[in-house]
Amino acid sequence: MSNSKSAKRGVCEADGITNERGTKMSTISCLGKERMNNMKDKLAKIKEAAIKQIENSQTLEQLNEVRVSQLGKKGALTEILKSMKDVAPEDRPKVGQLVNETRAEIEQILEESKKKMEALVREAKIKKETIDVTLPAKKSNVGHLHPNVVALDEVERIFIGMGYEVVEGPEVERDYYNFEALNIPADHPAKDEQDTFYINSDILLRTQTSSTQVHEMEKGKLPIRMIAPGRVFRADEVDATHSPSFHQVEGLVIDKHITFADLKGTLAEFAKELFGEDTKVKFRPHHFPFTEPSAEMDVTCFKCGGKGCRFCKGEGWIEILGCGMVHPHVLEMSGIDPEEYTGFAFGVGLERITLLKYEIDDMRLLYENDIRFLKQF
Amino acid sequence: MNAALEWIKAYVPDLSCSDQEFMDKMTLSGTKCEGYERMDKNLEKIVIGQIQKIEKHPDADKLIICQVDVGNEVIQIVTGAPNVKEGDKVPVVLDGGKVAGGHDGGPLPEDGIVIKAGKLRGIPSNGMMCSIEELGSDRNMYPEAPEYGIYIFPEDAVVGADAIEALGLHNTKFEFEVTSNRVDCYSILGIAREAAATFDKPFHAPSVSVKGNDENVEDYISVKVEDKDLCTRYCARVVKNIKIAPSPVWMQRRLASSGIRPINNLVDITNYVMEEYGQPMHAYDLDTIAGKQIIVKRAKDGDEFVTLDGQTRTLDSDVLMICDAEKQIGLAGIMGGDNSKITDDVKTVLFEAATFNGANIRKASKRVGLRSDASGKFEKGLDPRNAQEAIDRACQLIEELGCGEVVGGMVDVKEPFKELVRLPFMPEKYNALLGTDIDKDTMLSIFQKIEVAYDENTNELICPSFRQDLLGQADIAEEVARFYGYDKIPMTLPSGEATTGKLPYKLRIEEKAREIAVFSGFSQGMCYSFESPKVFDKLLLPADSELRNAIRISNPLGEDFSIMRTISLNGMLTSLATNYNRRNKDVKLFELANIYVPKALPLTELPDERMQFTLGFYGDGDFFTMKGVIEEFLESVGMSDKKEYDPKAGKPFLHPGRQANILYKGTVLGYLGEVHPLVLDNYGIGTRAYVAVLDMPSVEPFTTFDRKFEGIARFPAVSRDLSMVVPREVLVGQIEAVIAQRGGKILEGYELFDVYEGEQIKEGFKSVAYSLTFRAKDRTLEENDIAGAMKKILNGLTAMGIELRQ
Repeated sequence: MSNSKSAKRGVCEADGITNERGTKMSTISCLGKERMNNMKDKLAKIKEAAIKQIENSQTLEQLNEVRVSQLGKKGALTEILKSMKDVAPEDRPKVGQLVNETRAEIEQILEESKKKMEALVREAKIKKETIDVTLPAKKSNVGHLHPNVVALDEVERIFIGMGYEVVEGPEVERDYYNFEALNIPADHPAKDEQDTFYINSDILLRTQTSSTQVHEMEKGKLPIRMIAPGRVFRADEVDATHSPSFHQVEGLVIDKHITFADLKGTLAEFAKELFGEDTKVKFRPHHFPFTEPSAEMDVTCFKCGGKGCRFCKGEGWIEILGCGMVHPHVLEMSGIDPEEYTGFAFGVGLERITLLKYEIDDMRLLYENDIRFLKQF
Repeated sequence: MNAALEWIKAYVPDLSCSDQEFMDKMTLSGTKCEGYERMDKNLEKIVIGQIQKIEKHPDADKLIICQVDVGNEVIQIVTGAPNVKEGDKVPVVLDGGKVAGGHDGGPLPEDGIVIKAGKLRGIPSNGMMCSIEELGSDRNMYPEAPEYGIYIFPEDAVVGADAIEALGLHNTKFEFEVTSNRVDCYSILGIAREAAATFDKPFHAPSVSVKGNDENVEDYISVKVEDKDLCTRYCARVVKNIKIAPSPVWMQRRLASSGIRPINNLVDITNYVMEEYGQPMHAYDLDTIAGKQIIVKRAKDGDEFVTLDGQTRTLDSDVLMICDAEKQIGLAGIMGGDNSKITDDVKTVLFEAATFNGANIRKASKRVGLRSDASGKFEKGLDPRNAQEAIDRACQLIEELGCGEVVGGMVDVKEPFKELVRLPFMPEKYNALLGTDIDKDTMLSIFQKIEVAYDENTNELICPSFRQDLLGQADIAEEVARFYGYDKIPMTLPSGEATTGKLPYKLRIEEKAREIAVFSGFSQGMCYSFESPKVFDKLLLPADSELRNAIRISNPLGEDFSIMRTISLNGMLTSLATNYNRRNKDVKLFELANIYVPKALPLTELPDERMQFTLGFYGDGDFFTMKGVIEEFLESVGMSDKKEYDPKAGKPFLHPGRQANILYKGTVLGYLGEVHPLVLDNYGIGTRAYVAVLDMPSVEPFTTFDRKFEGIARFPAVSRDLSMVVPREVLVGQIEAVIAQRGGKILEGYELFDVYEGEQIKEGFKSVAYSLTFRAKDRTLEENDIAGAMKKILNGLTAMGIELRQ
């Protein structure tokens, strides 16, 4: 309030006229041509005074006061307009035009000054707001997936892209599905109790995800393209390279005309996706009771690219999985005609990939759940 | 299976390749080689020298100065060895040469030890005489070497010659991983056959012939097999006038290269033949055999028998025994008896080469707790045709080494041999399976290399008896692939019907759980599925708790891994404790894994495997932090209705006043709470910890990934605050139930903004304040709409003893 009062006073002084309506009226009523000139002078004076005030303004608030005092309801220009009735009717348009011109000019100057001042204010504010961008980040502390799961996601992504369905099977399994249906009869050395956890003579903890193959084949829906990730169990004491519980990813493709060449091509593709485009694969003959022919697949060491390093023990190759063409007897036992259908299967040790990929040197770390370990993935 | 190149080459003399090449090619053709070791590694500039003169060292009592003739010169060597004398021929490493190890026989240094000319106590010494240990071997392999001191060559050794050559150390030991189907490759001959086929060189089997004397073995022994199912062949030969002596050096060296310690000619011959043919043999002292009779039959339950290692073994009717007319004299295929063992004054020996049922031998050796080299071979199931070949080979060696006089003839009791496997030759089928285009002749030439015969008349392949793994066409296809080269088979992708790759619904829900947990700051752990039964006590479960009905593993790794978990909390608490002990701060973990709930015990059906979404943390956060994560997850899988919490969860392992069952549409999905202080103590966690478990099979039926856009509200919302004085025992959940139920359609939401107990609130009451939001989808609400809804709500609350706060 006090500001506006003082501003009003300022206008009066600049004008040199009193605020009293009566006085003004008497002044203007006797205008002629001469009076017109007089009016022009008055307006010029008002403008001049306004510019001076604008120039003297230091803040946006002060600028606003100028606007109010000059252009507002009680401003000098308004006063002149109010006294219009005393102007001769023929002069009125002229006077009105003059007043409006003056108002427009003042407004323009005011606006320009306001913009300049706003820019200054903004600059000052921005300058003041400068922060040290090297101060620490405020993180939302998201958690981390288990490295096994990170690796598994990758494997699943690759095979889903190739048209494979992800399936699951029971971890506590019947002997038949874990052994017999996979061409491992009762007296087979692979069945040795040394390696298998038994619940009773018929029920055991599955030693391989291959058991899921059998369940899938028995459903009788062909063709099959599936991967079966899951937990498996072997009676190995815990140490840096062994765990009584670990994970495998089983793969199975059954269709007409599936060949060993298809197996090689598919797994080579998988290796490239997982370990990089330059990865080469090598297939070595091997033996699994449920596949024939069987193979183990090596990939070029992803640390040294195959030149040989400490990581691959100088060999340039790293063994990654076992695979083969599904044994005709296995197909037959699950009700698939081996004369019509062939297929391939493979089994990847997930921990093996995890340990290799992330250079983890002790398998026990995977089951300790030390947050300092988990946070690295 | 270890095999030295020198021995393999005895049957494939044309074999010529580097060690690395041998290893690589054998591996690629299917005989996986794990590695090799050069036996002359770090042995350089070592020759045979002869000591011409020995003098005492002037300044050291224990040292002597030797002048040693090393062929082209005589060098002076100072040594502390106690066993040398003038005239001895010894291995000498020359100046700048290398030996493999120290004289103490400790671990061998990777790069060996360089020997340089120098001075010993002021006397120049220009080389070193070596012990067998310094040459990287030991007295087991070179029994003639002295216990302490320099190795001394026989008198006929050539001075100046390569000492390593003379010791048979220019040789390489290969370690093969033989697959269980290739029983034939557990022998040097089997490996050599594969090597010959791999390198396309001729294979020379030993030519076996036994002279035998004019006598007839049947006058010495008769054999009767009573349990023919367990013994398909029993061959016996007799050797008299046994002369026990060391076996020849070549035999000792070969045994040593296979890791077998030479003993005497008789033992060495049986071991040699076992390595060579893969057929274990046994030698009995014939004079200990009663009634000149061998009877092969099952033991009786409870029989006791002393094996030749002096141990008493308890038998049962699954164990096959070799007996004479009166007594048991051997555990068939496993170990001979103490009562018939060969001693140094043995005169007549009975050799046995038999074929036992592999599965039974494995079972029996487990029953009696004894696994021997022999049983390890028998349990793989041997070819009965091999037995005669092996026993004849042994007798041939007996004759050649002058170890005794072989009695004419062989006792041979056998079941009819299995017919050789004949399979139609179907080249198209092999190509169709392999995805190749290999011509017929190439295939036939492969078969020739591996001794698979081809009968042109019948177009059949005839598999050799030692290849017991060749049973069907797929096996033949593998043989073609192996020797054609796995690497030459093209790489293609399966053609045929396209399939859609997908993740099943269950796994999509689990993926969502992982995602929300991770966003909420929880990291994923993994725990074992089996644990200790003590867990139930640690979790304060009462004796009659259903959770104690866990599946027991019959052969666990130990008590700590003996039951299949019925509750996932132990793994979580153990993991939190591990972190706590390691002083890790603010640890938040989750796990997605199964529990195993038996339908009945003992197990007849497979158990119910239930996926548990388990969360746990200590540090930053409280009960409601955990509750937030649960709700975020449930909402992320489309469960947008109200989640309810029943504090009467009755979980003994949780704080009685800070636990709740999580309910949705009246179904219990799981629970959450603060861990009971006693349980924290049991796990050694010294701070408050919170856990939550969602039983995913209970959650899944309520989940959906379907969403429907409901529009964005266009009309303004009106909010009303509701400040109440509430009896202390009334839960905000109950208040919310009333608000939700009575607010009607126009109630958009409600938010608790204050709960207060204490001053200004009367005893036994608390102040609770809600902000309620009303909105209609189709109009701007009028005051009386809201007043009506508020009145209904207030009436409901009043009925619960709640007063509006003034």
